[in-house]
Amino acid sequence: MTVRIVARGASTNRTTRPPDRRPASRQWSAWAFLAPVTLYLALFYAYPLYRNADLSLRDYTVRSFVQGDAPFTGLENYRKVFDDPAFGPALTHTIVFTAVCLVFQYAIGLALAVFFHQRFRLSATLRALFLVPWLLPLIVSASSWSWMLNSDSGVVNAALHVIGVGPVHWLTSPSWSLTSVIIANIWIGVPFNLVLLHSGLQSIPRNLYEAAALDGASAWQRFWRITFPLLRPVSAVTLLLGLVYTLKVFDIIWIMTKGGPAGSSTTFATWSYRLGFGSLLPAFGPGAAVGNLLVVAALAFGLVYLRLQRKQALS
Amino acid sequence: MKRPTGRRLTVTAMTVAGLVVGATACSSGGGTSSSQAADSGSYTVWDPYPQFAGDSAWVKLLDGCGSRAGVKVERRAFDTTDLTNKALLAAQQDNAPDVLILDNPVVSTLAEAGVLTTTDENKVDTSKVDPNLLAAGQSGGKTYGTPIGANTLALYYNKDVLTEAGVDISSVKDWKSLTTALDKVRKAGKKGITFSATGTEEGSFQFLPWFWGSGAKLTELDSAQGVSALSLWRDWLEKGYAPDSVINNTQTTSWQEFASGEYAFAENGTWQLAGAEKAGFDYGVLPIPGADGGSAAAPTGGEFVTVPVQGDSGRYATTRKLVSCLTSAENLYDTDTTLSYVAPTAGVRAKQTAAKPELKPWVDAVKAAKGRTSDDLGTRYPRISEQMWKAVQSALSGSQSPKGALTAAQDAVE
Repeated sequence: MTVRIVARGASTNRTTRPPDRRPASRQWSAWAFLAPVTLYLALFYAYPLYRNADLSLRDYTVRSFVQGDAPFTGLENYRKVFDDPAFGPALTHTIVFTAVCLVFQYAIGLALAVFFHQRFRLSATLRALFLVPWLLPLIVSASSWSWMLNSDSGVVNAALHVIGVGPVHWLTSPSWSLTSVIIANIWIGVPFNLVLLHSGLQSIPRNLYEAAALDGASAWQRFWRITFPLLRPVSAVTLLLGLVYTLKVFDIIWIMTKGGPAGSSTTFATWSYRLGFGSLLPAFGPGAAVGNLLVVAALAFGLVYLRLQRKQALS
Repeated sequence: MKRPTGRRLTVTAMTVAGLVVGATACSSGGGTSSSQAADSGSYTVWDPYPQFAGDSAWVKLLDGCGSRAGVKVERRAFDTTDLTNKALLAAQQDNAPDVLILDNPVVSTLAEAGVLTTTDENKVDTSKVDPNLLAAGQSGGKTYGTPIGANTLALYYNKDVLTEAGVDISSVKDWKSLTTALDKVRKAGKKGITFSATGTEEGSFQFLPWFWGSGAKLTELDSAQGVSALSLWRDWLEKGYAPDSVINNTQTTSWQEFASGEYAFAENGTWQLAGAEKAGFDYGVLPIPGADGGSAAAPTGGEFVTVPVQGDSGRYATTRKLVSCLTSAENLYDTDTTLSYVAPTAGVRAKQTAAKPELKPWVDAVKAAKGRTSDDLGTRYPRISEQMWKAVQSALSGSQSPKGALTAAQDAVE
């Protein structure tokens, strides 16, 4: 905002002066600098978004997809999606998946960040080891999890057997499948939280802790009175980015359970894929509609984030 | 001093912008112009065999057929599921390949989309192909291509495990005797049977032999016969004859279970023959039994060679030469040997069994096999299949009874 006002002020000033050659060439170079970004945004953001919206508003069959004459049906695809018996469960699963993953990823990430903040021998090595889940390709980690959670020959059930717990049908029972994919996703998300929160901790001045220690604050008090409040801006960014990433998680669920059995781990992301590409007869319209619902949800939280940031900047 | 710097900056910025714009324009145009650039001199072939690299026999065959027709062949390989979407997109951009080798249940879908030419139009010869195999590529009385080879499902069995459990394989003739054999295997401390009941087309593909073997029809999923087939699977899981990992198994992971040597039976396809030889134990193959004996009809797998619609109809003549070269008796034999498929024509099949007698059960299975889109189901099949695999998943995971799951599936189809 401020920049724009200044610029406008400058240009109004300039009109009162005799014209010289510099503004013209400046304007040219300004446009030239702007062009690549604008073009990039238009080609890779605006157009796909427009196409997705358009797909979701038309009645596509394979024939009309190829001929390009799909009739405009307004919100019919959205109505179809809302009326689908799979909608309610998919919504619940998406909310539960996102909320539970976020809470655990953040809590574990923060605990580890505080732990590693007290520098000790090998802390750097250990911290690097914790990054491994983040570095592995998703297909590798998801496949490993599905081997580990195999009902008959998985290492998890073998371990449970040792401590006398009967086999759990992690991936094949409708009551466990969502839990299983949540566990795997938390494991994958912890390093991201750890890294961001750990770097946030570095920016808290050490002398605050020293002063608090001199005043006789316990470790617990130091965490709640200093670390947590001062980490708030970083926490907000971490949680919001995490939220957007978690909302769209697809690979892990698809590789581990394909959203099943019987739709018990279907989220909007896997549902959208299944509608559009998961069967021999693609339903592009409803698939795009579900995808758009996800985009809108992520956008809403993005706006919440911007608002929070503005508030923080003002205060 | 200032002005030159400003101008130089402008020039640099313009150059950069120009380059970027040029590059983006190129890259966005590159995708669409590939086959337009492939003018009369070069013909595009898309296939679902990404496992074959540039130096494989398959690619050499394509090149050979191209040079015999006097053109250059440009080949692109896709993953099977990817190929359908890519073909639809290409057709939308009026940019379809000249020859498209396509998984058979998708043929009717692309035909419905108006992407494929009929054999009346492209004059491809299908007279020697077995009718039950050709049926998968027929829809509304028209034929949309010719099969390059066929595969289907049968039961592999581990001879060592069966001997240990005291099962005589010749006693396995119907569902009841198969279940008895599974019980014996389980009592001997080994694992019974593995298959794939995953929530995709693969799950339906694997369930169909049992579904058809019960006498059920795809137009009525919740018939008593259909329910009996699903109950058979569910009982196996409940009694521990089959592991519950089948719910997520693809055919590949199911095969890995069998290759561990722990399982007595595995339902799998012709394409695993090469892997079976490497498994390190003695195996046999048995056609999947019907409910009351005899062989159940298994669904046909395998690809069709199709000719997509082109803006320039002058290309069909050369395309026809390419297709007839690819499906000539001699080349079919080579291709089906590398793919470990059963040939779609009786003549080539005879040559295959002469060279490799162990193909005999597969040839029988292919003869009894049935196209998934046959019975003029066409594009109704994908809808039915999706509901069917959902029902299988619901019943096997215990969230619904077989009857309830199939009734819900039938309601959803209608």
